[in-house]
Formats: sequence, structure tokens, C-alpha cells
Amino acid sequence: MDFTLSKEHEMARQLFSDFAQNEVKPLAQEVDETETFPRETVEKMARYGFLGIPVPKEYGGQGCDALTYAMCVEELSKVCGTTGVIVSAHTSLCVDPILTYGTEEQKQKYLPDLASGKKLGAFGLTEPGAGTDAQGQQTKAVLDEATNEWVLNGSKCFITNGKEADVYIVIAVTGKVEKRGKMMKEISAFIVEKGTPGFTFGTKENKMGIRGSSTYELIFTDCRIPAGNLLGAKGKGFNIAMHTLDGGRIGIAAQALGLAEGALETTIAYVKERKQFGRSIGAFQNTQFVLADLATKVEAAKLLVYKAAMKKAEFAENPKTSYSVEAAMAKLAAAEIAMEVTTKCVQLHGGYGYIREYDVERMMRDAKITEIYEGTSEVQRMVISAALLK
Amino acid sequence: MKVVVCIKQVPDTKGGVSFNPDGTLNRAAMLAIMNPDDKAGLEAALRLKDEYGAEVTVLTMGLPKATDVLREAIAMGADKGILVTDRVLGGADTWATSTTIAGALRNLEYDLIITGRQAIDGDTAQVGPQIAEHLGLPVISYAQKIEVEGNKVRVQRQYDDRYHVLEAEMPCLITALSELNEPRYMTPGGIFDACAAEITTWGRADLKDVDDSNLGLKGSPTKIAKASDKVKKGAGTKVTPDSPEEAAQYITDRLLEKHII
Amino acid sequence: MNLEEYKGVFVFAQQVDNEISSIAYELLGKARELAESLDNKEVTAVLIGSDVKNLTDSLAEYGADKVIVVDDPELKDYRTEPYAHALASVINEFKPEIVLVGATAIGRDLGPTVSARVATGLTADCTVLEIGDFPLVAIPNQEQKHNQLLMTRPAFGGNTIATIACPNNRPQMATVRPGVMQKIEPKKGAKAEIVEFNPGFTPNNRYVTIKEVVKAVSDTVDIMDAKILVSGGRGVGSPENFKILEDLAEVLGGTVSCSRAVVDSGWKPKDLQVGQTGKTVRPNVYFAIGISGAIQHVAGMEESDLIIAINKDEDAPIFDVADYGIVGDLNKIVPQLTADIKAAIANK
Repeated sequence: MDFTLSKEHEMARQLFSDFAQNEVKPLAQEVDETETFPRETVEKMARYGFLGIPVPKEYGGQGCDALTYAMCVEELSKVCGTTGVIVSAHTSLCVDPILTYGTEEQKQKYLPDLASGKKLGAFGLTEPGAGTDAQGQQTKAVLDEATNEWVLNGSKCFITNGKEADVYIVIAVTGKVEKRGKMMKEISAFIVEKGTPGFTFGTKENKMGIRGSSTYELIFTDCRIPAGNLLGAKGKGFNIAMHTLDGGRIGIAAQALGLAEGALETTIAYVKERKQFGRSIGAFQNTQFVLADLATKVEAAKLLVYKAAMKKAEFAENPKTSYSVEAAMAKLAAAEIAMEVTTKCVQLHGGYGYIREYDVERMMRDAKITEIYEGTSEVQRMVISAALLK
Repeated sequence: MKVVVCIKQVPDTKGGVSFNPDGTLNRAAMLAIMNPDDKAGLEAALRLKDEYGAEVTVLTMGLPKATDVLREAIAMGADKGILVTDRVLGGADTWATSTTIAGALRNLEYDLIITGRQAIDGDTAQVGPQIAEHLGLPVISYAQKIEVEGNKVRVQRQYDDRYHVLEAEMPCLITALSELNEPRYMTPGGIFDACAAEITTWGRADLKDVDDSNLGLKGSPTKIAKASDKVKKGAGTKVTPDSPEEAAQYITDRLLEKHII
Repeated sequence: MNLEEYKGVFVFAQQVDNEISSIAYELLGKARELAESLDNKEVTAVLIGSDVKNLTDSLAEYGADKVIVVDDPELKDYRTEPYAHALASVINEFKPEIVLVGATAIGRDLGPTVSARVATGLTADCTVLEIGDFPLVAIPNQEQKHNQLLMTRPAFGGNTIATIACPNNRPQMATVRPGVMQKIEPKKGAKAEIVEFNPGFTPNNRYVTIKEVVKAVSDTVDIMDAKILVSGGRGVGSPENFKILEDLAEVLGGTVSCSRAVVDSGWKPKDLQVGQTGKTVRPNVYFAIGISGAIQHVAGMEESDLIIAINKDEDAPIFDVADYGIVGDLNKIVPQLTADIKAAIANK
């Protein structure tokens, strides 16, 4: 067991950190304040391959591992939670399922543009009546045999990269099957391109945090997509969705970790400078002990996140392995630690921490979503306990 | 077209400088980075690669740790890296350094050599022109823009209050200003490739047409008589002048004293 | 190399557009002082250019005993090669003990090329030059050389200072930072011995062609790049009143910046804000005018080389970091200061 980063990972961290500090940080406040999707940043990230990190070179990607990808999301999130989740949703929720479940033809068609960032990806599972419970899905896909097209009807909500994406993985009901004597919905996954007739966008959500990310409702009204856009086998959509979320959780865990680290770093700098009663507040034992606790928790989160990423890298080599529990633990811990760390960092900032101009205020709002999306903390506990009591 | 970029690994002075308890500079605590002017030179070379398919070689002289900047350069897009390292080369001043690098460059084919104008640790701006002198090449320093036309380079050369557009025949040597461009970042895939890349390492024996008497500390004409860290400034002076005239006079005198005006 | 053959202090008398640069006079001032400590007290200016013979008198007035003039049409605008050939030839012919060159955009190109050609050391960007012993203190079994040029220069972005000697090679060469050395009071009507010297100029591959000369107009500077910042705070009182700061910045060739309070009041745009939530600056001179000096502001400017604060509140925390703190009314002091500086510059 070795806790030392390889030379590659060390250099990659430096790259992501430099990029985040120079290109992302200066915009973070404005992106949040004005709810602007940082299109220019996404284009810059595309230029440097950040949108295809775990994609093999043969598909135009960077050919790096899941840890490199997680570190990218982490470093971006240290300065801007919005930018972190854009990369995470694109990579984990759109690129990864195509890479894992796509046919060679689908991979050739979609991956080069996604990996180069020419196109951005998103993932549609959640519906107003179906979040965690995938059986609640209402969106239907019916095969029109005459034209060999799937016809989609329904809607998806809270979709990250909603209106900004070009390629969407959409989960829909394709029929009914009997399972253990019960009639269950048969669920399948599809690749849907922006601009397909019948595919429109609904309301934009006005959120507490990650305000620059584009969160939209996707609406499908007799939206016809070619039969060849079925992703994986018909009826395998639930597995694909769950497996995709396993990977997504590593991205969100990395985002949460980044937010916690960013808040902690900012706060350490602040307490050294801020003076009360004639000395810096960092000289007070209360401050010191709080920081010690936070740093310890951040480190624990980091180890879990990196371990989950390493397990995912192992899966890439050997598909028989699973990283589901590691991913759930990483997300559960990192998200809750991010919330605690950012909240306490706001506290250490006192009045300034409550003001928009100070980054910790935004980080605290951004952190909250990490306990909710891609499976709430409660869902992570379900995943972990199910494995324990199996 | 073949371009060689000479780069140097330097301690990052930007984020402030770290001192040991005894007051000496704590180099270990400072991040080692690619010298900014050199990075601009590398970016200029990489643009020539993008545009004309130039082959870009990066060369550095330093301790084995300096391979880090070669790998960084490769991760940005350079084709190969050469490290010149040897105990006998240590302690070199700009004359001995330029002699060494010229000796290494004699082994290579090149149309263009690009160096940074100056390194942020020494701030001398001497090594580039001195390499050109040893190799008998035309030199254009302080380049703020570089274009290639056939076998000629056209360069905007910066002066205090103007610039000259200069044209030189290749091969030639150009020293780059960090204002020249905004250097690109590495790419994640480039980093993985760079870490797997073979770095050529040359020692004293690989230097061509170089006399031992011109190398290292012994071969350096300049010698350090004394080195010290700049004293951190103490508390300043506060005055309460009787009139605005007196106040203005006081400030003007200080500015004159310090040669600011 | 017979070191004894090398005698006298030479100064490269930089001219641009047939006008002697101020640095040439500064170097002559220093050369005069150094020569007093040497056996050979002659100060020589080396004047290189085309049609420059009429410039020799001013060099004499500022302290040159002798002026070596290299005058050739090839030398009209500065180019490394013919200039390096000219200066290196002068050195080889006249064998000076010391050669001083300004650390200008010209001198920092010419100096290294010439030093490499005549195979001697060069110390860059010196701020102090003295004559003394090397080693500074005698070391057993090592010859201590006297009358050496000791060249002191900052390194590491100004964080360290080194004193350098060139004991075994001649000439001892230094480039010298402009604005540091003192000119002497010019002696009207002083004359120097004029020596014309032309080593011959045959263009070769090292001659570059000047296609165009473009005199630059400076745009607005990023406050992070500015050498002089005149920064205003809430105490300035109004956006209109920033005019007096702009006037001061203009005479100093500086740039106006401000504190967060000013940005919050909408008086100035955010990109001029110095401080924790603005930019971190390190200019040579930072004027903090009507800025109280909240820690958030200080964090962004405390690394400035010289901090001058003007504030009417004598307890303002800005005075804790200022090199020079002036307690008083900025509305009266600043315009007066602008006028005084203008006058001081005109008198130079």
C-alpha cells in the first residue's frame, strides 16, 4: 500500500490547480452571482483535454485514469463548484456510459466529439415522480417498427448541463417484464442529440448553489430517435443508470472534497490575517482546534475519494470488479464533510463569511447539493448497508 | 524546421520568498518552476510546431531534478528533452553556463534557438546572447512577437520606448519576453506521455568543442565576494508636517533620495 | 592575459536617435568616482553611432576625459552585431580595466555579447559599484587582490543581494541599473580628448535587418504590472476628487488603483482594486492616499518596495506598514506634491 502520488498524478494536480487558479477562480463569484454558465471556461477546458480525461486515446481522449479525472474535478471545485460539476456530469454521466455500454459504432460516433469537448454531455434519469426510485419512471420509449425509430414521450427534471449539452443519455420505460412474479417496468437507456425534433427544454431551476450550472427540465414530445441510439441492451437501462451513478458519485465526491479543501485553505489564510483583540484569530485555541478537526476530516474524505477512484480505475482494467460501495462511501463522507467544513469555515469568517464577496459563503451554498444529487446521503447509506447485510 | 528551446528550472519567487531561521534563503520550501520567460519561448516554439510542424527540442542544464521542467515542456507539446548535468558544471556563472549550453547545442541540428530573456532567480539576461556569441549566430533579444518566413525570422524586438521589426536569417537565436504570449497549459494525456518519455542526459564528455577551463565554478570569470539576504524592512517613519507645502516637500525629498524621480 | 595592460574606466555612452541617454551621464558620474580610487584615473566614454561626433562635448561636461568615437553609417539604429563589433574592437584596442554599460534594453543585449566576445565576466544590473579587495577579507594561502571592481546586485526578484568580483579577467564589466548612479554637476565648456576609431564594418550573417521602427504609445497598465501605484481610499471623498490622484500618477508615470471601499461606492471599477478580494500588487512605490489600511487591503500591497501613506487619522493602521507616513489633509498635500514633483523633474 502506497499513499504517494505518482509523478503523473502530481503533475496533473499541478496542471489542474494552475488552471483553476488562473482561469476559473477569477470568474467564480460572477458565475454564481449572475447564474452564468461559464461557456468560455468550458471551451478552455476542452482545448486542454479536460473533458476527455478517462477516455482512451483511440477515441480522442487523454487516456488517463479515474484518479486523474477525480483530481481534475477536485481542483476545479476548490475554486468553483459550478465548474467542477460541469466536468463531472459530462464525464461520469454521459461519456462513461457510452464508453462502457456503447457499441463500437456509437463510441466512434460520439466519443471523439465528447472527449475533445466539441460536444458536452448530460444525463436524464430523474423525473418529477422518480428520483431515487427508478421504477417511478414515466418517460416512455416506443419502437416504431415502420421507421425503425424510438418515439420518446415524457420529461426529465433537474438535469445538470441541461440546456448547454449536445448529447444526452436518457432513461425511459420500454415495456413491462415479469420479475419474481411481479410486473415491473422494463427500462432502457438511449442516446439523444440536441436538436432532435420533439426534444425541448422546460424551466430553468433557480438554485441555492452551483448557480452557474445549467439545470433544466428536458421535455420529449413524440421525439423520434434512430433505433441505433439504444444504449446497451433493451431492458438494461436500470443497470446502466445505477452503474453510471456509481461512477458519477466519485465525481460528486471529488467535487465535495474540492469544496471542503477550498473553504479550508481560504479560511486558513483568513485566520492568519484577521485580527481581533490584538492578535490574529488563528492564535486562538478555538480556531486552531476547529481547523485541526476540519483538516483531519478533509484528509479522511480525500482518502475515500481517491480509493474509490482507484477502484474505478481497476474496473477499467477488470470489469469483474465493482466500485459501487467505495463510491457510495466516498460520496457520503465527502458530501457531509464538505457541508460541515464549509459551514464551520463561514463561522470562522464571522460576519464576512456571510457576505457574498467572500468565497466561503458561496462554497457553503455549493456544498449542500453534494449531499443531494446523484443519490442523497440516505441513498448512499442504503447502498452501503445493503452490501453489508447481503 | 528544428527549434531548440533552452529552459531553466528556477525557484518561484512570485509567491514571496521563504527564509530559513538563520536568515538564508530556503530554496527547498519554494516551488521549482519553469522560468516564465523560457516558458514564453517554449510557447513560441510550440506555435511554430502547430503552424509549420517544427520539431521542438527542449534543453536544460541543472541538477537531475531539472528533468521536471523538461517533462513539463513535453507535456505541453515539445518533442524531446535533453538534460545537461555534471558535477563539474556546477557553480557556473553566465559565461561558463553559456559555454556549456553552446557545447551541448553543437551536437544538435537547429534552425532556431529560443531562450528566455532572463531567469527570475538571477535576472541577468546574459546567457541567451552569450550562447549566440559562442555559436556565431545572429541574436535578437527581447522578442515580443516572432514570425517565420521561409528561411528568415521576423521579430518585434522591444526597447524602452519603441520596438524594431527585425529580420534575421536562420539559424539564429532569439530571447523571448514573457509578454510574447500566454503559454499553453499541459494536457493530462501529455503529462502521462511525458512521464513515459525518454530524457536524454548529457555530461561533460558530451559537450563539443569546449575547454575545461571555461566550465563550472573554476571556469567562471565572475566570483561571488559576498551574498546576503535583503534585510526585511522595519517600521517606517511617521511625520505630522505643519503645512501641506512641508508635507509635499518631505515626500518629494524621499522620492529624490530613492531616485524614483 | 596580462591584467596589468588594462587601464582606465570606460563607459558605453548610449545614444538613441543621436541623443545621449541619461544612463550615459550616470555611468560617467560613477566612473569618475571609481577612477579616483585607481592608479589610472582616466575616464573614457565610448560613443557609438552614425553622425554622433557632435555629441562629445556633453560627455566631457559630465566627466569624460576622453571620448572614443566609432562613427559609421552601419551604426545608425542599435543592432547587436555592428555595435558589439564596435565595442569589442574598442576594448581589444584600448584595453580598459573597467567597462560600464547601462542595464537598458540595449545595454543588456550589448553587454553579454561583448563580454563573451572578449572572454571576460559580466555582472548584470548592478546597483552598487565600489573599488575594494577580493576576497573581501584575506584568506590564508589565497592571494588577496586589491583595487578590484566590486559589483553589487539584487537577485531573486530583489530578495537577495550579492557582491561579485571579476579578479582574473579584464576588463571587469558591469551593466548598471538606470537611475541609481549620480551624475556629476556638468562642467560647462569642459573638453575631452577625442579619438576616432573605426574597426571596419562588413555585414555578415549576424547582421539583422531593421524592417521597421515603431515608437510605442503605452496603453493603460494592469495595476499588477505598474511600477508606481497611486492608490486612493474612501478618504478621497468622491469619484471626481480622484482627479488629484490621477494628476500625481501622471507626473510619476504611475497608475491609479484603489481600495475596496472605492469599488463598493462605484467610484472605480473592480480591476483597480487592491486587496484580499482584489489584486495583490508589488510596485516599486505604493502611495496609499486616504486609505485606512484594513488588513484586507494591506494583504494586497504590503510587499510593495516603498509605501508612502497620507492620511488625516494619525492612528490609521496603514501607518504600521508605511515606510513614510504623512499625517495630514490629502486634498491639500496631493496637489502640492504633484506640483513639487513636476518642478523637481524639470530641474533635473
